[in-house]
Amino acid sequence: MPLLDVQDLSKRFGGLQAVEGVSFSVEPGRITSLIGPNGAGKTTIFNLITGIYRPDRGMILYKEMSLVGRRPHAVVKLGIARTFQGIRLFPGLTVRENVMAGRHCRGKAGVFAALLRSPGQRREESEIRSRADDCLRFMHVDQHRYELARNLPYGDQRRVEVARALATDPELVVLDEPAAGLNEEESASLVALIRQIREQGITVLLIEHDMKVVMGVSDHVLVLDNGRLIAGGRPDEVQANPRVIEAYLGCGAGAAAAPGAAPDVEDARDV
Amino acid sequence: MEFLAQNLLNGVSIGSFYALVALGYTMVYGVLRLINFAHGDLFMWGAFLGYTALTAISAAGLSPGPWVFVPVLPGVMIVLALAGVLLERTAYRPLRSAGRLPPLISALGAAFILQALARNLYGASYKTYPSSVSLPGGVRILGDVTMGTTQIVAVLAALLLMSALHVFVHRTRVGTAMRAVSLDHDTARLMGIPVDRVIAGVFLIGPALGGAAGMLVALRYGSFDFTLGWTFGLKAFIAAIVGGIGNIPGAMLGGLILGVVESLGAGYISPQWKDLIAYVLLALILIARPGGLLGERCAERV
Repeated sequence: MPLLDVQDLSKRFGGLQAVEGVSFSVEPGRITSLIGPNGAGKTTIFNLITGIYRPDRGMILYKEMSLVGRRPHAVVKLGIARTFQGIRLFPGLTVRENVMAGRHCRGKAGVFAALLRSPGQRREESEIRSRADDCLRFMHVDQHRYELARNLPYGDQRRVEVARALATDPELVVLDEPAAGLNEEESASLVALIRQIREQGITVLLIEHDMKVVMGVSDHVLVLDNGRLIAGGRPDEVQANPRVIEAYLGCGAGAAAAPGAAPDVEDARDV
Repeated sequence: MEFLAQNLLNGVSIGSFYALVALGYTMVYGVLRLINFAHGDLFMWGAFLGYTALTAISAAGLSPGPWVFVPVLPGVMIVLALAGVLLERTAYRPLRSAGRLPPLISALGAAFILQALARNLYGASYKTYPSSVSLPGGVRILGDVTMGTTQIVAVLAALLLMSALHVFVHRTRVGTAMRAVSLDHDTARLMGIPVDRVIAGVFLIGPALGGAAGMLVALRYGSFDFTLGWTFGLKAFIAAIVGGIGNIPGAMLGGLILGVVESLGAGYISPQWKDLIAYVLLALILIARPGGLLGERCAERV
């Protein structure tokens, strides 16, 4: 049974058909990547899954429950956490507080318990703190925990964002271009961390432009172009698919680049 | 020297009440970017509800001594917390996506309604708390500088509530969520924080503190009427602006500065000039720092 099952998903913004009849499934314990040229509809699909947009048509089933119409915070509570294309940490909170905010959905002590400082509430607070520290340690940014998030270098901010997503105890993490703006070395270590996330039993859905990252880490790759799914399969299958190469390089380039065109596909992200 | 100390002390005592009320304005602004003009009138209702409770206790044949504050103060805080949540639900939440101006008009409307209700239910005359609820005597602090026992207790209560709020906002799960919401609603929602409930929480706490302040102010000044929300409440609002609206420590600082300046102006120049002196100084502060003393530059908001 797939963890996430998307059927015939469609979304239109005014005159733009952003996503058209997309169906795919995400198997548990695997890393699935969604790739495609800019404007292909990748982030729109993420936003449909996480409850920011409501689909015009189609189904999104997570563990056989429909996500359509659920509000974003309810989706997180069900076990789907995400990061963002542009970093969206809470700039004025410390690194640790950012991750603690991600832990919010797993707590239950409310305003009154907090004011009364009940024993249960205190236990919960220390649990939140230690779990946040675990996530920071996992992402190798725990040395920054008392700094304000906005003062961290870009690469570390990304890691804090992933730590914050992990703090929600997700079964599925949705990472929107986690390698964007990272250098070679940073993206290599990010790949290692994404693998470790999977080893913890967390399923990963990844949007990524960096082909080295995608091909190196994915179990399954889905290719989107103009809002439609044009290919899906193992990384090596997708790389050899002429339609994929065409989508990335434009008409006519397919013949020259195929088959096994990894370097060319990689270059294509700059086009 | 003693004259200065006495005026400073009075200023801190008034200022701590301004601060307590200012917190309600600043917290709501922090999470909604809305000036909750009805907050001053919720504060005024705190004074009136306390009055009703004290009158009822007298009518029941009990003599209301200082002990009555132990049940009545928390009771008033709870009633106003509920009123705050009701206000948010009815006057603000339906207008959440309507831009900035409609909620502001709604806030003014709610302020007028609360004021008219108080006037019609209680009459326009000044009300006083029975003198038996005041603690007798005073404390000599240094030389001839004295402070009434009631005043001391009221100030300590205000300071205690403010420190409790500080701990709440910085050390608890809900407090962290409030700060997250004040920084970015959308991201907070996407990280699993139920933004509407957090906002309701702010409307629970702000009016509760305001209600407590209402009773303490009524106790300290002896008499009040239905315009308390405009007169005293508006000054608290200005204190919040001076401190940097949206900023919790700023509200406390702004309240204390306003109280001290007012008190020094009254003492050294003339009580009739105290408002003018205070506002000129505040205007100067805002010219120098338009965002308020702790605004903008400082990240912390709620």
